[in-house]
Amino acid sequence: MTRMIVEVMLKPEIHDPQGEAILSASHRLGFGQVLAVRQGKRFDIEIDGPADDAALAAVQALAQELLANPVIEEAAVHPVAG
Amino acid sequence: MRIGVITFPGSLDDRDAARAVRLAGAEPVSLWHADRDLRGVDAVVLPGGFSYGDYLRCGAIARFAPVMGELVPAARRGLPVLGICNGFQILCEAHLLPGALTRNAGLRFVTRDLRLRVENAATAWTGSYSAGQRIVVPLKSGEGAFTAAPDVLTDLEAQRRVVIRYTDGNPNGSASSIAGICNADGNVVGLMPHPEHAVDPLTGPSADGLGFFTSVLAGVAV
Repeated sequence: MTRMIVEVMLKPEIHDPQGEAILSASHRLGFGQVLAVRQGKRFDIEIDGPADDAALAAVQALAQELLANPVIEEAAVHPVAG
Repeated sequence: MRIGVITFPGSLDDRDAARAVRLAGAEPVSLWHADRDLRGVDAVVLPGGFSYGDYLRCGAIARFAPVMGELVPAARRGLPVLGICNGFQILCEAHLLPGALTRNAGLRFVTRDLRLRVENAATAWTGSYSAGQRIVVPLKSGEGAFTAAPDVLTDLEAQRRVVIRYTDGNPNGSASSIAGICNADGNVVGLMPHPEHAVDPLTGPSADGLGFFTSVLAGVAV
């Protein structure tokens, strides 16, 4: 069994009102040093089989087809050691 | 004429869409998300709501529903398809329409009667209107900000595929105040406002939305 983490973020040019709301809440709480916040999603995925190129390719395909909308988001896949 | 209305788990406005179809003079046909069957309908409405709880992204799960396996190729062959609100989000996720709908600028869920302008009266769903006509139709959505790459927006404007535009300000931060668009052939239309809620002055702000449903009737009758 292999674990992979997929992180999905809005593309930099896409407006992120949730991140902006978190930024302003951070400032209200006194965290004035916070300059910017972008909010994303993290998927923790278990895969049958070894952590080989085929497993990585499968999760990358899953990320492009389902987990992220490539029109507005970008996905990064990270295999988890152990 | 028979117009299908798809019900997904979490659809809210399928009954109002069916009522609009009936008031327009057509027969509404209920279609179920889990059936790979369009029951021979002449057109399809994807109604508003929160299909599959809006899990992952609005429309992201509905896109893979069995009924969509029939709908997507039929739409590419020219079947008239109207996506309203969540239906518009599903059409974008299914790549029948370009772009995406993202969270409203300002984050608030917007529920308001809005003045809109019909920009393109040559689609399967807007032939009953005239280009430039002003209509009043409600908007009720939290993720209605239309977003697309700059070259896509340029193409949409150049090809007159912006079908509906917000006119009294921009309620949700949509690019170019776009409220609705169509595909290249004009048979697939998606919009965030709810024409099915504006088909009778007794229950809505106007009857201005009825034209979407009479339009497709006229088109198929020809």
